[in-house]
Order: sequence, then C-alpha cells, then structure tokens
Amino acid sequence: MKEEIPYQHKTYHRSKTVTALFLCLIAFAGLMGRLAYLMIFQSEYYTMKAKELHERERSIKAARGRIIDANGKILADNKTVCTISVIHNQITDQEEVIAMLCKELGLSEDYVRKRVEKYSSIEKIKSNVDKSIGDAIRAYDLAGVKVDEDYKRYYPYDSLASKVLGFTGGDNQGIIGLEVIYEEYLQGEAGTILTVTDAKGVEVAEAGEERVEPIDGQDLYISLDMNIQSYATQLALQTMETKEAKSVSILVMNPQNGEILAMANVPEFNLNDPYALPETVDADTISEEEKQNLLNGIWRNGCINDTYEPGSTFKIITAAAGLESGEVKTTDTFNCPGYIMVEDRKIRCHKVGGHGAEDFVQGTMNSCNPVFITVGMRIGVERYYNYFKQFGLLDRTGIDLPGEAGTIMHNVENIGPVELATISFGQSFQITPIQLAVTASSIINGGRRVTPHFAVKAADSDGSRDYTFTYPVRENVVSAETSETMRYILEQVVAEGSGRNGAVEGYRVGGKTATSQTLPRGSGKYIASFLGFAPADAPQVLAVAIINDPQGTYYGGQIAAPVVRQLFENILPYLEKMDYNKT
Amino acid sequence: MERRNASRRGRSNSENFMDYSLLFIVLFLLAFGLLMVYSTSSYDANLDVGDSAYYLKKQIFATIVGLVAMIFVANIPYHFWERFAVIGYLVSVVLILLIIPFGHEANGAKRWLYIGPISLQPAEVAKLCMILFLSSMICTMGKQIRYRKGFWMVILVPMPIALMIWKITQNMSSAIIVVGIAVLMLFVACPDYKRFILLGLATAAGAALIVFVIVQMGASQTDSLDFRGARILAWLDPEAYANGKGFQTIQALYAIGSGGVMGKGLGASMQKLGFLPEAQNDMIFSIICEELGLFGGYAVMIMFILLIWRFMVIANNAPDLFGALLVVGVMGHIAIQVILNIAVVTNTIPNTGISLPFISYGGSSVMFLLIEIGLVLSVARGIRLKDL
Repeated sequence: MKEEIPYQHKTYHRSKTVTALFLCLIAFAGLMGRLAYLMIFQSEYYTMKAKELHERERSIKAARGRIIDANGKILADNKTVCTISVIHNQITDQEEVIAMLCKELGLSEDYVRKRVEKYSSIEKIKSNVDKSIGDAIRAYDLAGVKVDEDYKRYYPYDSLASKVLGFTGGDNQGIIGLEVIYEEYLQGEAGTILTVTDAKGVEVAEAGEERVEPIDGQDLYISLDMNIQSYATQLALQTMETKEAKSVSILVMNPQNGEILAMANVPEFNLNDPYALPETVDADTISEEEKQNLLNGIWRNGCINDTYEPGSTFKIITAAAGLESGEVKTTDTFNCPGYIMVEDRKIRCHKVGGHGAEDFVQGTMNSCNPVFITVGMRIGVERYYNYFKQFGLLDRTGIDLPGEAGTIMHNVENIGPVELATISFGQSFQITPIQLAVTASSIINGGRRVTPHFAVKAADSDGSRDYTFTYPVRENVVSAETSETMRYILEQVVAEGSGRNGAVEGYRVGGKTATSQTLPRGSGKYIASFLGFAPADAPQVLAVAIINDPQGTYYGGQIAAPVVRQLFENILPYLEKMDYNKT
Repeated sequence: MERRNASRRGRSNSENFMDYSLLFIVLFLLAFGLLMVYSTSSYDANLDVGDSAYYLKKQIFATIVGLVAMIFVANIPYHFWERFAVIGYLVSVVLILLIIPFGHEANGAKRWLYIGPISLQPAEVAKLCMILFLSSMICTMGKQIRYRKGFWMVILVPMPIALMIWKITQNMSSAIIVVGIAVLMLFVACPDYKRFILLGLATAAGAALIVFVIVQMGASQTDSLDFRGARILAWLDPEAYANGKGFQTIQALYAIGSGGVMGKGLGASMQKLGFLPEAQNDMIFSIICEELGLFGGYAVMIMFILLIWRFMVIANNAPDLFGALLVVGVMGHIAIQVILNIAVVTNTIPNTGISLPFISYGGSSVMFLLIEIGLVLSVARGIRLKDL
C-alpha cells in the first residue's frame, strides 16, 4: 500500500482533495465578498473614522476686532505675541536648544532643561513672548522648536476709559466693559489647522496640513472721543487729588442722540495689567475671594454700576413734572422761611434764614427745598410717581455696558407726604449717574428719551461687513414747551443762580448743582455734583461731574460746577471745531 | 506548463517533476511579505530601536534559514521522514511541556522557547510533526480508516497535542489549526462524506451555541466573562469595546475600510503609525488592504488560492498515499491559516491570534512553513511525468 496506491483509492482521494480545494474556494469567495463590502460600501465610514483618529485639530485664533474712537484713534488693539514650544521627538541637538532658549527667553537652565527633556508630544516653554524674540528664535531654525504666533489684546492708552473699554481674558474673551458686551462682533471665528499625526501625536510631515482660515473680528467704532476722555480723566484726577476725594466721575454725552463722548471714573486701572492689586495690598496675605472682591471694586464703573442719592440735581425732574402737570408756572411765587412743615415734620432749607419771597425760576436758581417740596405736594404722590415712571427713572437706561444698576425707589403705596417731600429734592431714593444724565437729557432735548451708548458701528477692517447700531428713542417724555422752559430755567441757574461757577464765558450753559449727604446721615460724607449742558438753547453736550467724599468744601456749586466749567471751556470750542469739520 | 518545466529540468532527472509554479508562488509571497514587514514595521522600529529595518533584518535571516531548510528537505526523498513520525509526535509533546519551565513570554502569552539566538514556537513544530504523524498513521491503518474506530482514532490522536497547545501555550488558534489539519487529512483519506457533514454541522451548532450563551451572559453580567467571552462580544460589536477587546479589530477595520478600492499607495498607511499595534504581525493583511486597496488584498488572496491549487495538483499526482497526505496536511495548514487570518482581520470571526503564512512577521512560523514547502516539493519530485 505504501508503494502503490490502488486505483480505487486514488480516485476518491483525488475527488476529496478537489472537494477540499472547493471548500477553500468557497471560504475565499466569502472573504472576498466581505472584503469588498468593507472596502467599497463601508469605505466612506471607515475613512471618516480613521481620519478623525489621525487628524489633530489646532485652532488658529482670529484677530479680535479693534475698538476705535470717534476720531479713528485705536483704543484697543492686538499685538502679535509668540508661544514657544518644543517637540521632544524632533529635537536633534538638545544642548543647543536648551542654551538657545535660556539665552533668548531669559529662563533658568533648570526650567528649560526639564521641559526639553520631557517626553511628550509638545511641551510649552513660554507664551506671550514678544514677536521680535519669537522671530529671533525662529531664525535659529533648530529642529523641534516651534514658534506659534498668537494675538494678545493691547490697549495703547493703558488706563484711558478702562472701565468703559474693559479687557479680555486668557482666551481673548471679553471680561468687562464694551469688550464683553460686543463680544460677538469683536471675537471673530477661530480657524483650524488639521494636521495628521501618528498614534503618539507626532505630526506626519509628508501628510501636510489642511487650514481653515480664521475670520477676524469686526472693529467696533464708538462715540467716545479720546481727546475729551483724556481731558475729563485729567480733570477728574486733579479734582480727586485737590479735594482728597474718594473717587470722581465725569460723564459727557450728547443729549440729542445719547452718544457718550467721555466717561471717566478715577481711579482708573491699567487695562494692560488689569489684575494688578494696589501697592498697599499684600497679595500674599489675602484670600482668593478677597482678591477677587478687591479687583471687582477696582473695575467698577461708578457711572453705571453704583447708585447714589442725586440730591438737588434731581430738582430738574421735579420742576419738569411740575411744569408738565401744570401745577407750577415760572411766575408762581413762593415764600421760603428757611423750612417747611410736612405733616408734623419740619424740613429745613439749606439756607438757614430762608430765601424769602421768590418766584419758581428764582426758587430753582436758589435750589430752594421748600419750593420743590411745595411743587411735589401740588403734584401729589400718584401723579409724581407716574412722572417718575414716565421719565423712565424706574427702568434701566439700556446703556451698552454690563452691570447697569437699577433705581432704588419706594413702592408707590409706601410714599407718604414726608417721602414725597424728600423725593422732590432728590433724597430717599437712589439712581445711577447715567440715569440722571439721560433723564436730564430727555427733559432738555425736547422730550426725547434717548438710549445712552458708545457703539456706533461694527465693521470689518477691509470694510466688507458694516453694521450700524440703532438705539430706541422714546418721544414725548415731556412736551417741547416744558423742555424749552426747563432749558431757560437751568440757564438762569448757571447765569445767576447757584450754578454760577459752571458758567463759561461766551457760551450759554445750563445746569444744576447738588450736594447730597451719603448714608448714613451724619457721617459727614457728601457727594458734590453738577450737571451742565451747552449751548443752553440747543444742547449739544451734557456733562455730569460727581465728586465722591471730598474733604473740606463739599458744596456742588463750589467744587463740582468749576469742574464742568473747566471741561466746557476746553471741549466746547473743540466740539464746535469738530462740527465745523464734519459739515 | 509542467511539460515546459520538465524540459527545463535537464537531463539528469528528466522524467521527474519539479513544481516551479509552486516555488515561484512561495518566493513571490516571501518577497511580498518582506516588503510588507518593512512597510508596516519600519516606523515603529525606528522609534523603538532606532533602526527602521530591525524587523526586516530578523525576518530576512529567518527566511534565508527557512529557504536553506526547504532546499535541504526538498532534496531528500520524503519517505525518509516517515521513520520519525512517532518521534516527531513525542518531540512536540516534550517541547510544549518545556514551555512550562522555560517558556519565554512575549505580548502577554508564554509561547516561545529560546534556543541560543533562535526563538522557536513549539506549536509550529507540532503542526509539522502532526502532518507527518497522521500521514504515516493513516497509511499504516489502511482500510481501517473506513470504519468508525479508525475514523475516531485519527480525530483523537491529535487531541492531546491540540489541548496542550491550547492550555499550556494559551494559543487556541494553533490548537484549532492542528485539529483542522487532522480533520482535512481524515476527510481526504476517508471515502465517507456523511460523517464529515455531520461533524461540520455539529461544529457549527456548537459554535453558535457558545456564541448564544456568551451573548446571554454578556447581557446580564459582563464582569464575569473571561478573556474569550469578551472577545466574542467584541466581535459582534467591536465599536462598543473599542477601548478593550475590540481595539485591535476596530483599528484593523479602519485600515481596511480607509484603503478603498485602490489603496493609499505602498508605504502610505496611516494605521501602521502606532494606531494598529504590531501591524507587522497578525494584522498585516489590514495594512496590505490599506496601502494596496481591494486589488492588493485580492491579489494576495489569489496568490494563496493558486498555492492551494498547486498543493491539490501535487497531492492528486503524488506517487503514493503517504506523499499525498503530506501535501494535503500542508495544504490544510496553509489554507486554514490564511482563511482564519483574513476572517479575523475582516472581523468575520472573533479575534484570535493567527498569522498570515509567509507574510506576517515571525521567524519560526516562516521557517517551519518553508520546511513544509520543502516536503511538498519533495513529494512533487517523486511524480513521474508519465503519470501526469
């Protein structure tokens, strides 16, 4: 059997071997079918999955839109900075890389060595490196050293309008101010670089890269005028120093359209170093929470985030309500004995001896409390509250800055005669300075309540997209007649009354002073303020100066009015020139 | 073709047959294998040992040793080996047992014996020895093979070896191959069909039952599932086990699927860059598909079909039953291994470690395969041309 296979055997052995071959062929055919299914019909799915696995996405930051003032001056810009990193696997000469990085970046050898020797796909050495240094490092052309360019927000004028502009955080997102409100216009859209990497994350050079270009943010054009802002800031600083005040705010706006020209709140802070604590504070001894509270205090915008009792400047509102309701006419006469009885309470006038006989205009010029209490009483709680509401005092102004504080006011059912009397001359409730400025604007501009704002338009730097912002205006807040009367009365206040110190030679200025005692009463702390506008017959500019806790003289007419006067002396000719240029 | 080959053979042995087609196919597969081993391993080799040709060099060495062994075996009449059939069986047992004290572990499994610089997988030795032993045994049995006793003897004799390979070297795939070789040799040797159909149906039913039970268990308690149970669940839904047992399968499928019809081009595989671990080993076929596409994959499969076809031709023309059975054994070995490997890589069956003959990286595998080819060539040389 070993030697010769019998014929019969051979036959079935042969056929069985052939059968075995066919069984194999069936299996192969099945596998070929399976392979075709995977590589033709499932190919798209697996290719997509594999691509996801192989590609690493790196984002390219979009340049943030700039913030540009009324004259085209750039208030917030971007600076190109570099991030220096090393890729361990790609380094050929480790010592040379370490020496170079130490030299160029001024880092200690230990620090650099630890990072260069670390086995990781990419290790960051330093970020926010100046572009010139980044370029220098790139010029060495050492393998494994990566220089990535990036944008960093940069504010050319450091602290100018810091509380208005705001600043950005680590991811270039707005933190406070206009930077946060107009985030969606400014931020742009990040692009991506898709690179192919191996399983360890090392880029595969031959595979190249796919780029999706970023879309830069839009530039924000604002109404703020750098020149006026600088001057207002200087004035505010000077006032704060000379009066040893806690803080000084100066707000300049166009009462006709609500555009804000300047908003200085000193002390300001450096936008390029917003996390710096005052030198008097030891950063190591305070908790993280205390530190944050301190910073929030530093970043606070007094004109919109804080409320105060407006005091006598609020008599503008009472006067407008009185005139509008017909309860008082300019010719109405009053008698001030130095006090007035409201129910069983005796409310004093600031002039102890009283102003004697006076008409309504003179009463306003004297800022006589009994006159305004009388007017308030004539209007009555119900109607006064309705005017308060109609003038928009219960709503926020809608300014385009974050964190606007609301009005703190009595409920209408809690207002008795005494409360009404105090409200009439601006006490026992609180509003923000911006609220006062906007309400006064609507009273002197013919009865149009404007929305205060900074942003005028957002546009691409190449001008391809252009969006002009519009703001709501509420008409007929007061009648044109009342408005005209108010302008006349307030001009008299500055021309011959308590606002004398606000007068500017050659210009018709209207205004009202205020001296309010801060709570708690008797603390001896005051807020001196002045609201002025010019020209008195057709107001183009309205300014509010608020001096918080001045030492020595604290009367608004004596210390705040001169601030606005100095401001007007400088900016009125400037604004005229601007208007001339515009037409 | 044979006639032309024969005329080239020259005068000295003119009436005997030399299968150049088989030789060419094997050499082609070896060369292609080396190319693909280099392509798949160079990136990792460069990162790990700093020499991109590290695995290639080792594989070339094993291939040369294997080719020398093949030529040696091919030139010895195959009946010479018959006397070693029983010794071979015993040597297999001893070598597998040696794994217990001296086994060398790699990739989490203790499968290798180190003899000097040469690493050896006893499972590879056992496959070769099993082919030899069963050929010899079936010839000795003669007509007994037709009866139940003979049938079951051929089934049971390889079982101890298969069980040892499975349990001691934890290499279930080699155990399956050993049993598979035995069944195929029995199939050819035995005129009956019915038993094999029943055996096939029983195996299929058993496999289906195991899968069913594991799926039921998996639904209730995943934790208690062992290594292989989890493999079956990962087979049914590899993406659900993408971080565990399904990882390799998923990566292989990504490679195959992303290759498409035309492939990414030789050397352009992405999956070999560390995503598919040890791409040069069992999963090399997926990288072939990724780089060379569906056409490349089909070309490799067609080469193996041609190889199996040559085995069939040689087996059917073998001068005697012993020679025919030797060739059938080798044919079974290579066919089962190729089919299982491609089935695993394409996730047609659960993942088990089977290398692709002649192509996957692995020294002892290629050496023993070439010795088997040498045996087949030796049988082929015994064919007298007038018998064809």
